[in-house]
Amino acid sequence: MDLSFTAPELKFRDEFRAWLEANVPADWERHRTEDEMLARFEFLRAWQKRVYQAGWAGIAWPTEYGGRGATLIEQVIFTEEMARAAAPPLANVLGLMLIGPTIIAFGTDAQKKRFLPNILSADEIWCQGFSEPNAGSDLANVRTEARLDGDHYVINGQKVWTSYGWAADWCALLTRSDGGSTQHQGLTYILVDMKSPGVEVRPLRQMTGESEFCELFFHDVRVPAANVLGKVGDGWKVALGTLMHERATLGAGVQITLKRQFDRLAQLSHTVMRNGRPASEDPVMRQKLAQSYVEIEIMRLNQMRAITRINEKGVPGPEGSIQKIFWTELNQRFQQIAAELLGPYAQLTRGSEQAVDDGQWAYSFLRARGNTIEAGTSEIQRNIVGHFVLGLPKSY
Amino acid sequence: MQFGLTETQQTLKNTVRKFLAAECPPAQVRKLMDTETAFDPELWRKMADQGWTGIIFPEDYGGFGMGMVEMAVTLEEMGRALLPGPYFSTVLMAGALLESAGNDNQKHKYLGPICRGEAKATVAFLEDSASWSPEGVHLKARASGGDYILDGQKLFVTDAAIADFLICVGRLDGALALFLVTAKAAGLRVTDLPSIDSTRKLYQVTFDGVTVPRENLLARGDAAQNALGRGRNIATVGLVAEMTGGMQRLLDITVEYAKTRKQFGRPIGQFQAVQHQCADMLVYTESSRSAAYFAAYAIQEGIREAAAAVSVAKAYASDAYREVGNRAIQVHGGMGFTWENDAHLYYRRAKASELMFGDATFHRERIAKLIIDGSQVRQEELAAVAVEQRR
Repeated sequence: MDLSFTAPELKFRDEFRAWLEANVPADWERHRTEDEMLARFEFLRAWQKRVYQAGWAGIAWPTEYGGRGATLIEQVIFTEEMARAAAPPLANVLGLMLIGPTIIAFGTDAQKKRFLPNILSADEIWCQGFSEPNAGSDLANVRTEARLDGDHYVINGQKVWTSYGWAADWCALLTRSDGGSTQHQGLTYILVDMKSPGVEVRPLRQMTGESEFCELFFHDVRVPAANVLGKVGDGWKVALGTLMHERATLGAGVQITLKRQFDRLAQLSHTVMRNGRPASEDPVMRQKLAQSYVEIEIMRLNQMRAITRINEKGVPGPEGSIQKIFWTELNQRFQQIAAELLGPYAQLTRGSEQAVDDGQWAYSFLRARGNTIEAGTSEIQRNIVGHFVLGLPKSY
Repeated sequence: MQFGLTETQQTLKNTVRKFLAAECPPAQVRKLMDTETAFDPELWRKMADQGWTGIIFPEDYGGFGMGMVEMAVTLEEMGRALLPGPYFSTVLMAGALLESAGNDNQKHKYLGPICRGEAKATVAFLEDSASWSPEGVHLKARASGGDYILDGQKLFVTDAAIADFLICVGRLDGALALFLVTAKAAGLRVTDLPSIDSTRKLYQVTFDGVTVPRENLLARGDAAQNALGRGRNIATVGLVAEMTGGMQRLLDITVEYAKTRKQFGRPIGQFQAVQHQCADMLVYTESSRSAAYFAAYAIQEGIREAAAAVSVAKAYASDAYREVGNRAIQVHGGMGFTWENDAHLYYRRAKASELMFGDATFHRERIAKLIIDGSQVRQEELAAVAVEQRR
């Protein structure tokens, strides 16, 4: 065991930290809370461009594709520092984290040349069309049809829960190219220009009031066959590569964000009164806060072990599921404790004169509810752990 | 950054596991727990030959000089095997405290025999208040002609009947003091307290005018308090490592059972209700392991957050081991509730371990003191994800 950073890692961290200090826009809070969705997104796009021009976008990508060839630890440091500085997220997160790496792994030279630079610069925003009304947890049940017609595929079908669909220029679409096939066979991963005729985007309003997700409708959309990523019929393999990338370093940022929130709550506990004294002196609240600290700390330690395993084995494995179960449920418990501590103030939302931290706690209480559903429900994660880690027979 | 075992540590782990599988299989555990002291002299000798009785102590005293992570590795395997007897009391409790509190002479005289496997020992801390805080210690010591005389009673003392000496925590002129008391001392009475975990026996120890020669005062005042703190941290990490091993064993036997036991024509492990119980057991086990090894590392490296790390580990594992035990028994169904099935032996150990050195509530309050009460100044520290390179 050696939990210290090496000298080059420390240098990387200090360099990036200094850059963030000098460059995180001071008016970011205002954009976050006051802008409408599209205006905010344009702000985030400009932010990514700045990050890109300074050479910090797509740090995990190989240098030949414009990345920095960062090690896994450096990626973790990057994510941590972003969270620590409360920096705005990068607009093209799906392109940078999931789709870019998948194009690097499976794409032709022409595809790499065409798509990768614009992902890094945020000139083209990406979304991922995987889930469908009848293919959620059971993703292999994808029905969206891709029928070959000359040198084009004709796409018909519907996708749902598509994050950033409303902002996207391109979509990484999982389709069924072999009409007679079922489950994991006969799927094809294809890159679709969202401006193609026949693509319709309908934002879905979620319980927080925001619209992170969309429904996508494809009606006789013609896509050049040259846009197939990987081999025709190999879509499951290509998509799985994407999903594996999803959780590798994500946890590091979540952990820091949670820790920042915990720290803020601990601070508030000294001034928020409960039963006639500061909450920090209430034995019950002390127990609950301490339990949150324990869980957030253990999340950090689990994360370090998972990163070590990926470093040693080369690929992310089903351990990601353990992490996902742990942090999503922890976040829901933590948000409940925050709400308990704040009492009636916990329900006040953004714009309320009396709201604590401009309603952030009411928002994160609601937002946390989605954590155990998005990116694979807790039930599916437990199935994965049961089967792939513990070797229990598959239940379906 | 590397959070995992080195090759040498992994080899040690395999060695301990293999040794205990051969020398202390479940049948032997059951045999020993039915004896009066759960002590097996032959097993003890063999463990001493491996160097385990001196594992973390300096070579000057005949120890093995290994680090806290190696200690945790060893204890994890002992917990997995449910090793009965006074190893924990002797090495992790009395040995670690003696090493922190004693002077060179005292260590040669008492730590040396522990390292060589010639002495068993324990620590007498709790009293009728059953409080793990030093404030709960009232046993009275008074000076008499240069020596000390102890009067009072200690409770929940592990392995006292087999110990050759014990370290008694008392009060001398109001200040904490640590006395080394040999088992043969006149006025010392050891009575057993039959309890839930028969692999680790508990006793009531009465001090009725027990004379302690002056050279057996180990420490007093701040020195005693600091030594107790350090000794307790080491023992607690050892305990959490042991608890993790117990959880791992419960998980293993439960998954095995779920794969073989059939109902409705298929293995019960195919049902999600059962799979999800097993998945939760894994999450508890792995999380306890992360916490245990980080705490061991933190003590080893002497980092500032060590005390909090120990409490994080004990707070988490205290609930986790019990919960893993609950689910193990539940998945085993009626079989899990039988005497023949090993699950209850671990369930019992889980409860006893939970109560040792403070349960989750105790450690959460300790964390609140460390973290909440000083939360304005700890911003930077809280955010540190990997330990800064020291040097």
